[in-house]
Amino acid sequence: MTALDMSVRIGSLVMPNPLMAASGCFGYGLEYEDVVDLSTLGGVVSKGLFLAERQGHKPERIAETPSGMLNAIGLQGIGVHRFISEKLPLLRERKARTIVNICGTTLDEYVEVARILSDAEGVDALEINISCPNIKEGGIQFGCSLDGTFSVVSAIRKVTTLPVIPKLTPNVTSPASFARAAEDAGADAISLVNTFLAMAIDVEQRKPKLSNVVGGLSGPAIRPIAVRMVWECRQEVKIPIVGMGGIMDHRDVLEFMIAGANAVQVGTANFVDPFIWAKLLDGLTDYMQRHQITRLADLVGALDTTSPAKAHA
Amino acid sequence: MPPVDVRATVISNVRLSRDYNVLTIAAPEVGALTEPGQFVMLKTTDASDPMLRRPFSVFEVLRDDLGTVRAISILNKRAGRTTGLIYGLEAGDPVWCLGPLGLPFNPPSSGAAWMVAGGVGLAPFATLAEALVALQVPTTLFYGARTADELYYLEFFDRLGVTLVLTTEDGGAGVQGRVTGPLEESLKGLGGPNLVTIYACGPEPMLAAVARLAERYGQPSEVSMERTMGCGLGGCYSCVVPVKHADGETRYVRSCIGGPVFDGATVVWE
Repeated sequence: MTALDMSVRIGSLVMPNPLMAASGCFGYGLEYEDVVDLSTLGGVVSKGLFLAERQGHKPERIAETPSGMLNAIGLQGIGVHRFISEKLPLLRERKARTIVNICGTTLDEYVEVARILSDAEGVDALEINISCPNIKEGGIQFGCSLDGTFSVVSAIRKVTTLPVIPKLTPNVTSPASFARAAEDAGADAISLVNTFLAMAIDVEQRKPKLSNVVGGLSGPAIRPIAVRMVWECRQEVKIPIVGMGGIMDHRDVLEFMIAGANAVQVGTANFVDPFIWAKLLDGLTDYMQRHQITRLADLVGALDTTSPAKAHA
Repeated sequence: MPPVDVRATVISNVRLSRDYNVLTIAAPEVGALTEPGQFVMLKTTDASDPMLRRPFSVFEVLRDDLGTVRAISILNKRAGRTTGLIYGLEAGDPVWCLGPLGLPFNPPSSGAAWMVAGGVGLAPFATLAEALVALQVPTTLFYGARTADELYYLEFFDRLGVTLVLTTEDGGAGVQGRVTGPLEESLKGLGGPNLVTIYACGPEPMLAAVARLAERYGQPSEVSMERTMGCGLGGCYSCVVPVKHADGETRYVRSCIGGPVFDGATVVWE
């Protein structure tokens, strides 16, 4: 039997499969080393990092909603320097492909964090967080403006040779126009979607369920919107797309890929089942064998819109 | 040891009251690894609503006559959706059980052990009592509940040789009032510091009061904290507790991997 090729390339980042752990859903990766061999993932995306340590929001930080969850963690994190000294050497030892999610309150901070990480050994790519909905000064002001997106991405592009992957927000009318701005600014890929700004209320107490009042919605509830946005971006840009939003099983991975994603990130599902990664790989393998596909990349954007699928009850 | 995830079957579900039940599930793989104070993440469906698991202290590790672990149980109090579903489970139903997780209680360095439980906070103390008795540590359980019929498993602790000090809010059994009343009386009677180790689990105001009393009377304390938790493995950062660190700074610590058991003297009570 022919060997199955699931590999994905984003600039200099080459991953053996398209499955990446989403930022903010996998700690710094090392938290999960007992339950999954980190080298078997396509990549590990770190928790969002600023220059300095951040404490994040007060609890309550999450609330479950129908087939989804709200979070407003507030980007608690150890800062880029402690990440480099405490986490990066261990991630290298475990042969994880490490994508660092970077944040900034100002353009200068993004550039500084990108520059510091570019000088560190063992960083494979940078994901640029311009889309966190939960903190006022966390980059969403860049991610909700086409000029802001262009200026952050082009400024980071100038200081690093690492693959640059801006992470886009869905909280705009047309994510595809932001994908275009990112590509024009020199991004190697884009990732989408970050969470949807949302809220939930305890009606008995007449209080918000989150201390931050509003938070970001993730989970299978958002998946159809995320798939639509990935598909729209695929029409707009040539660069690789990393799709995410409520992936719970291998069929969801395939849905994003057929819509146009070259790779995917899994976040909320990892909370429910930390052993999900091997199951996703098994499911993809089975699909490729059943459909006699040897290169998974051939499925990217393979959507046939000439007629709808035959409906099944 | 890494945790395991098992699709376990409900062996029995004993409703203790309108709110409380003890759910016994066939998860020997989890039970064999569990140390007192550790927890499991449970869900009652593999569909996406409800989606997230919920944390529960392991209440009992159940063995057969030969000593082989056969099951674990949890002490559940119906409060939200998943706890309601768990209350309603029947023998034969599936439960998804991930564990054991978190840091266990530490054995006392010397002297006696005093366990302080409020309501469903009894949950981690059955396994701890067994471990303490096996170490021949003189053990007392201070146990408070709303009413006499919400004091559970008294015979279990009595049989182990644990000294029981009971309180109820309505005075229906034991001392009327909060469990911290008799605890403070007993602390006053101690001859000096570091004579007992206090273990506490229950509502947060009770934990804060116990930790402060322990500090005032110079006794070490360990508190088991309950937090809204997303994953149980350190991925989501939702279950944080503010903890004073050695450098004097207060930082949020994830209770799933930095707890749920904390040194009572380091928790910053809000």
